[in-house]
Amino acid sequence: MKLRAGTIALLGAVALYAIVLVAGLTRLLNPYWLQIFQFAGIMTISGLGLNIIYGYTGQFSLGHAAFYGIGAYTAAFITKSAAAGGGMLLPALLAGAVAAGLVAFLIGLPILRLRSDYLGIATLGFGIIVKVLFDNSDAVLPTLGGSRGMTGIPKLTTWTWVFVGAIGAVMLVRNFVYSSHGRACISVREDEIAAEAIGVNTTQYKTLGFVMGCALAGLAGGLYAHLYTFLHPMNFDFLKSLDVLLIVVLGGLGSISGTIVAACAWTLLLEGLRVVLPPEILDWRLVIYPLLLIVVMLLRPKGLFGGNEFRFLKPEERE
Amino acid sequence: MTILIQQIINGLQLGFVYALIALGYTMVYGIVRLINFAHGDVFMVGAYFGFYAITRAALPFPLALLVAMAGCAILGVAIERIAYKPLRRAPRIAALITAIGVSIFLEYFTSLRFVFGPNYLAYPRPFAVRSFDLGGGVTVSTIQIVVFAVAVLLLVALQLFVQKTKTGMAMRAVSFDKDTARLMGIDVDLIISITFAIGSALAAAGGVLYGIAYPQINPFMGIMPGLKAFVAAVLGGIGIIPGAMIGALIMGLVEVLSAAYISSTMRDVFAFGILILVLLVKPGGILGSSAQEKV
Repeated sequence: MKLRAGTIALLGAVALYAIVLVAGLTRLLNPYWLQIFQFAGIMTISGLGLNIIYGYTGQFSLGHAAFYGIGAYTAAFITKSAAAGGGMLLPALLAGAVAAGLVAFLIGLPILRLRSDYLGIATLGFGIIVKVLFDNSDAVLPTLGGSRGMTGIPKLTTWTWVFVGAIGAVMLVRNFVYSSHGRACISVREDEIAAEAIGVNTTQYKTLGFVMGCALAGLAGGLYAHLYTFLHPMNFDFLKSLDVLLIVVLGGLGSISGTIVAACAWTLLLEGLRVVLPPEILDWRLVIYPLLLIVVMLLRPKGLFGGNEFRFLKPEERE
Repeated sequence: MTILIQQIINGLQLGFVYALIALGYTMVYGIVRLINFAHGDVFMVGAYFGFYAITRAALPFPLALLVAMAGCAILGVAIERIAYKPLRRAPRIAALITAIGVSIFLEYFTSLRFVFGPNYLAYPRPFAVRSFDLGGGVTVSTIQIVVFAVAVLLLVALQLFVQKTKTGMAMRAVSFDKDTARLMGIDVDLIISITFAIGSALAAAGGVLYGIAYPQINPFMGIMPGLKAFVAAVLGGIGIIPGAMIGALIMGLVEVLSAAYISSTMRDVFAFGILILVLLVKPGGILGSSAQEKV
């Protein structure tokens, strides 16, 4: 029997999950590195969200971190005020995703009329506004901590939660982009006017893509909050939006495989350099990183995957 | 009323610094359609060049300003040649990502101890600081006069250069249509380099003035002013030189006035809120024309 690519990928994923889980439990992988692996998964989820918005629907967003932050603060607020232990994590994560999606819907309706760079700038402005609101959040809800940061969030995120979330996000995005709705989003990216001419409701699909992508960012934010147990508005500023954009473009716009690989490579490289570099040139870590980034972009302007996918992420070919 | 006038003067001071940065953004965007995220960091490097020219080389202020501008002009052209030029035919987003890369590189490279170092430095005042009473308690300082004078001088010079000289005409032609400009015998690469040189020199002037007006510099000082100047360029209509000035003055005034009258921690909300509102009502910016796309 010929094994299907999907089956092999599933087995590979389960194996990866089990290896990291066991290595974490037996302390072969120290807690610090386990945390890095979890963070890579979180960046994958957030990156996939931006990939729907920018890679597939073609809507340039520079405010992704705002939605990530909305999810993080919403989820953390729920678990912290409920104080009912681990049972609240799932509802909190979902609430974070819904809150991010809802805000995306409300802000998306007016601003998604803007095109390309102008949309990017409007979302950038929105992201900065949200960050300032986080800074001042303690005036309304003291629990959120404002510019002093939010502390005392229960540490509920585990490797299992992150892994299930990431696999769920991959499956969701993969099935979405190969569905008729996903195709409609791609047609908007390719040519908005032509899409409209053949009867695609472009406003509806732009909003759909934007809301889905931001909801994924919200989910990632919730996981992040319960991984590091501390939130600060600085974690959601404009530079963090650029990080996600870097990941998505480096991987290749409109490529799920690219986002997965780039998110993991980006996280592990930034942390890995910390270990590899000798202490006396540790300051060079963030000098080397942008140079690598520039070199990769000069050599592969369309990103690592350039819109291609691993075989298991493609639909089966029909006879 | 006195306070209002005083705050308007303060707002104009900030606005003129933003204008000097915004011009580089708007010229570069107009000519290569690139959001040059590294521009705010060129502004920072300019402030440091001015700092060393004043402290180490003990140059008088006008000379220090020129040194900083010349140094950054070279830096700007080098960045363009190395990081952006090879990507001119690639998707636009690729150049944007390298711009982000250059930005991070400049911030952390200059943070290294043998370059500028990571610490805050106190900026010297290269001339005597005095305040003049304009009547009714409104004062204007020598710093503000210098900022206004230098900024207006440079802005007028730029406008004359772009409108009256042959090179300026070539710049406008390249920004209008690169391929046709090339057919008319314009050296497009040279014009793009000149644009980067002028934009970076103006940012350096902005950096020196910023250092004198808000006397503290560090390698990350360019991020927020750079962002706000860029937003100002969009607000006024990106690619349009007078638009960048108007947008920058509005940004400066909104920021200072909302800090004075509403809430100093919320001032960015108003500055960026106005941006979003303007974009929604007039997507091309205040002076921009919203061209209908032809099918």
